[in-house]
Amino acid sequence: MSEEDAEADWKAVVAAVEAVAERIEAERDHLTQLDSAIGDADHGGNMARGWAEAADAARDLDDPDAETVAKTVGKTLMAEVGGASGPLFGGSLVFAAGDLDEGITPETAVAFAETYLEKVEDRGDARVGDQTMVDALTPAVHTFKKSIEVDDLPPIEALAKAVDAAERGVAFTVPIRARKGRASYLGWRSVGHQDPGATSTLFILEEVLDVAAERLGVDVPETDASSPTIPDEDPDEPAEDGSAAASEDD
Amino acid sequence: MVGIVVVSHSERAAEGIAEVAAEMAGDTRIEPVGGDGKGGIGTVPDAIEEAIDAAAGGETDEGGRSDGDGVVVLVDLGSAVMNADVAVELSDAEAVIADAPVLEGAVNAAVAATDPSATVESVREQAEAARDIEKL
Repeated sequence: MSEEDAEADWKAVVAAVEAVAERIEAERDHLTQLDSAIGDADHGGNMARGWAEAADAARDLDDPDAETVAKTVGKTLMAEVGGASGPLFGGSLVFAAGDLDEGITPETAVAFAETYLEKVEDRGDARVGDQTMVDALTPAVHTFKKSIEVDDLPPIEALAKAVDAAERGVAFTVPIRARKGRASYLGWRSVGHQDPGATSTLFILEEVLDVAAERLGVDVPETDASSPTIPDEDPDEPAEDGSAAASEDD
Repeated sequence: MVGIVVVSHSERAAEGIAEVAAEMAGDTRIEPVGGDGKGGIGTVPDAIEEAIDAAAGGETDEGGRSDGDGVVVLVDLGSAVMNADVAVELSDAEAVIADAPVLEGAVNAAVAATDPSATVESVREQAEAARDIEKL
């Protein structure tokens, strides 16, 4: 990796962290409102304080690399965000940062995303359907990985798809019952409420996408998480070479 | 020697629990840690990591080995467990979290740690046996 690339990488990460801090501050009341319905009403304030400190810490670093910035942000979040969000958002970042040791490429970004998801799942002992941030993160990470590794899409498009996937995940938290975190104490009364952690996860991803597009000098791609059907796997159209399915579209 | 760390959302609770456990602990190292670092309720992974390193005792060499026999960590609730988990992963010392009630577990662990043949596993096992303590 050239020095210019390395500098572009860490500057992008710092810019993303600043954008996230601004966004979370703007959404502070919104997040607090969501949390007061099913939790202890501290998510907005905790996250806003933590990300503001994290942005300061990232800005103060002297010529770091992407890994160092991500690690510093994670450590700051761990120390400044109270409750479970510190270890979940921050702790996972500290460990996932290691995957960026060779800079930010499509491959390292996928590895980073997978490690992050794995850490959040393990630490929170949460899976999809527990009404947690995992419900936003899992579809985002899966869609990002598939878009990069299987569909070979440009990273910015993969990221845009991931953001759409996260948005669907946030919507999914509304009609299901909380099984982890403080909301789980509410039992069935947690049904019908949007999870604050899934919501802030979406805000973070939206800001990362915006900053990435801005730095690439492109518009945010208009796309969604869905993919075209796979003709070869249609049981009614056993096209050995795919030609039958392909000709149908012609 | 196996060291013990007591983690609580409240610094004073951690200190008090360590005080109770120390009565039974001989010269076992018991490190209390708690609070959000600003006088409030909460826990901070960095502080827990420092407590683990202090309880591990001895000089840590470059490979992360110390002359201690590891550390058993007792925790109270929720995010304290997660923060302790992060601290265990970050620390170079050999440390495990006991799935046990924090006070009873700390007392059991302190007693178990005085056994000259105590290991991290034997101390953790005794700490976790505290889950079955009946009071009435």
